Formats: sequence, structure tokens, C-alpha cells
Amino acid sequence: MALAKRIIPCLDVDKGRVVKGVQFVDIRDAGDPVEVARRYNNEGADEITFLDITATHEGRDTIVHVVEQVAGEIFIPLTVGGGIRCVEDVRMMLNAGADKVAINSAAVAKPEFVCEAAEKFGNQCIVVAIDAKQVNDGSNDQPPRWEIFTHGGRKATGIDAIEWSKKMVSYGAGELLVTSMDNDGVKNGFDLPLTRAISDSVAVPVIASGGVGNLEHLAEGVIKGHADAVLAASIFHFAEYSINEAKRHMAEQGIEMRL
Amino acid sequence: MTTSTTVAVIDYGMGNLHSVAKALEHADNHAKVIVTSDKQHIAKADRVVLPGVGSMRDCMGEMQRMDLIETIKQVAKNKPFLGICIGMQALMTHSSENDGVNCLDIIPGEVERFADGLKDPLVNEEQSHLKIPHMGWNQVNQQIKHPLWQHIPQNQRFYFVHSYFVVPKSPEPIAGSTVYSHPICVALAQDNIFATQFHPEKSSDAGLQLFANFINWDGT
Repeated sequence: MALAKRIIPCLDVDKGRVVKGVQFVDIRDAGDPVEVARRYNNEGADEITFLDITATHEGRDTIVHVVEQVAGEIFIPLTVGGGIRCVEDVRMMLNAGADKVAINSAAVAKPEFVCEAAEKFGNQCIVVAIDAKQVNDGSNDQPPRWEIFTHGGRKATGIDAIEWSKKMVSYGAGELLVTSMDNDGVKNGFDLPLTRAISDSVAVPVIASGGVGNLEHLAEGVIKGHADAVLAASIFHFAEYSINEAKRHMAEQGIEMRL
Repeated sequence: MTTSTTVAVIDYGMGNLHSVAKALEHADNHAKVIVTSDKQHIAKADRVVLPGVGSMRDCMGEMQRMDLIETIKQVAKNKPFLGICIGMQALMTHSSENDGVNCLDIIPGEVERFADGLKDPLVNEEQSHLKIPHMGWNQVNQQIKHPLWQHIPQNQRFYFVHSYFVVPKSPEPIAGSTVYSHPICVALAQDNIFATQFHPEKSSDAGLQLFANFINWDGT
């Protein structure tokens, strides 16, 4: 008997529609987030994350309706990230039925926001999303180093990723979502040293993200990266693998899974 | 079930109760689910759910501020009553959270925090340090037979997220346990009361089954 490691499919949502192509043969409307979430739930997803990438403020109400609809019929934990900037944003998402919110650039801009949100709504619903890039690979006698980047990996902040992770946990983050900006979209697997360095230095659960190209990458994230959960988007969207398949593969590697 | 039953989900300002209410409706479409802080509505309902997220100090503070404590104690005596997460912990005598908070004292016992640096006894390597909160799907071992466990397999996984757990004074009310470094009590049963540390409203089919069982339970 043990706690299972989690698989979390992530849906990128723009103006209420799933983007980055979802190709399920048996789905009528592959852009409908409710239908995709239903499918993932049926396949055994342990949680679902929505990343709202809507650029305009006006389009942002749509994610609230998506969360409301999904929460009304799918009874597993839901996380919403993207554009969470103030306590009111957090409240709106939780009231719509989200269980957790992921705070990203707003945490960098104003770390106290994390304290405020955790104080108000509890640590359990505050996920801090950490986008990190390697700035030193450790080959020059210096220890490897990763820094926090914002604006989709374009803007360096000079903040050390490990120190930042510890700080965010002390500010009240109940979970960390760690994305390697070097690996994101590359499909060569997670940045395992980064994931492990963060997971081993904080007490809260860590979700590995960025770079999954096959099922072995998911298993490595847990076994070598010490992640408590693994997040992936495209390998599930394009139906290369089902979530069930992924879970069975991980279980075969000796990882405790909910099957 | 032919007659409808009213389920009051107590709203004491602690987090979003949308998912609990939706899941109850989904579990049994004959149930009339109301989310309420109205004492009369709570007292008149056929069954009552005490949910909750957040800290114990806020939880007890809000119950007090809204003058709900006597009503909750009363309905916990005479109708099917389900406590969830903080709503389970609040039933105990006292919690160590927030430097110590007195709770409802309906079930004698304490609420304690997971120790730092917990080890996973099943893993013999560096990865054995367990995270807090205990977050995710863990197996629940049913310690007794109970109408709320009906149609739910032994060691079924449910969704947890918590840093504190209950330690009942005597083992009698323990209805379910799970292992997180060490065994912990995650379900309590005492007369017409049932309570879970896990979140049935987030535990997919198994959680809905437990809700359906609760809606059809006469409290004995």
C-alpha cells in the first residue's frame, strides 16, 4: 500500500478551445475541452490541468465556463494556470470548480502574492509553476545551475531555480510544477537533474513537465527525477499513447500507480 | 429510492463547495442538494455533509462566527452525517494546527501533523523521503463493514490532500486506514456519523459510490 505517482494531462486552452491539436478518432469535436477532459478521465487521468493561453483579457471569461462545465461532470482534481495574477483571479477559478491554481509570472513579479493566496485559500490549492533554463551545465568545475525565465522562456530573471523553489514553498506553495524551458516541446524527456534537484530540496510534491516524447520519459521523471507527478500534453493529445497505456508502462517499471 | 432526500452541505465560508454539491447530485439524481449556512435548513435536512478546506483555526472560527456550532452538534446526533477532510478533523476534540485549536469534540481524539522527513518503508533508496501534504491517490483499507463501503472494493484508491490526520482516542470508530510512512486513520464511523480524510468528490467513481451510499444510508 502506498501513495500512487500521478499522471496529469495538460490542455492548452485559447478562448475556451483546446489548441495544439487534439486528434482522437472517437471524439466529435477535438477542440472542446469538456469532451477532451471527459476522454482523459475515462482513460484514468489522475488529475487534469488547464493552461489558459488566451492573450486578451476579454477572452479570459471563457476558461471560467470551461472549468465550471468540467467540474460539473468530472470528479477528479482540476488545476487551472495561465494569467492568475491576483487573489480575485484565484477566487474566481476556485469558485468555478478548480481545486488548484498554478501561479507563474505573477509569483516572480510579486512573490508576496503567493503568501496572500496561500493564506486565504490554503496551501493545498496553490501550485507555483517554475519555468527554468540551464545556465551552467556543470562541465566547468561549477555546480550545474538553472535560472527562472519568464515570458515563455524569453526573459531571464537571474533567479536561481533551486533557491526560488525553496522560497516559494516557504511562502506557502503546496506543490511545484517544474518546467524545463530547454526541453519543452523537444520530446527528449524531462530535465532530470533539474527535477531531482528541486524535488530533493523541498518537502512538497513536485510535478515534472516539459519534454515528454515517450512513455519511458514519464517513468524516468519519477525514478530518476524523483517527481511525484508527471505532466504531459502532446503525447496524449495526438493519441500517440493513451493515459492507461502510460500508467501500465510506469507500473511495469515498479512505480506505484492507480490502475 | 422512491422519495427524495434533502442533503444539506454546510457552507461556513471555507472554500468552494461546488464540487461536493455537484458530486452528490451526480451520485444520486433523486437527492435534493442544498448548500447552506442557514441553521433551520440544516436542522430540517434529511442528511448533512460537513466539508471543508483550509486551516482548523479558520474553520472553527467561521463556524463560531456564523453561530453554527450548536446546530452542527445537534444534527450530528440524529441524522446521517458525513464529514470530509477538515470536516472530519473538526469532529475531534482538539487539533495541533495553528498552535492548537479546540474542535467540536464529537469523536474523542486529536488531530496531528505528519512529521517532517517521513520515510517510505517500502523504498530502500534516496527517494524514500515522503512529501507533505500527502497529496494524491492512496489505498484505503476498510477496517469494518459499513453501509458506506458498499460496492467499494477493499484497498480502493481515493484522492487525498492533507498535512494533518486524526488520531482517535480509542480504536472503535476507525472505519478505514491508509499507509503514509505509517498507518493513519482515514475514515471514522460512530453511530449516524461517517467521516473521511480523503475527498470523495474528487475520487472519481469510487467517491461517487460512497456518496450514493451516504444518500441511501439511514444512519444505522
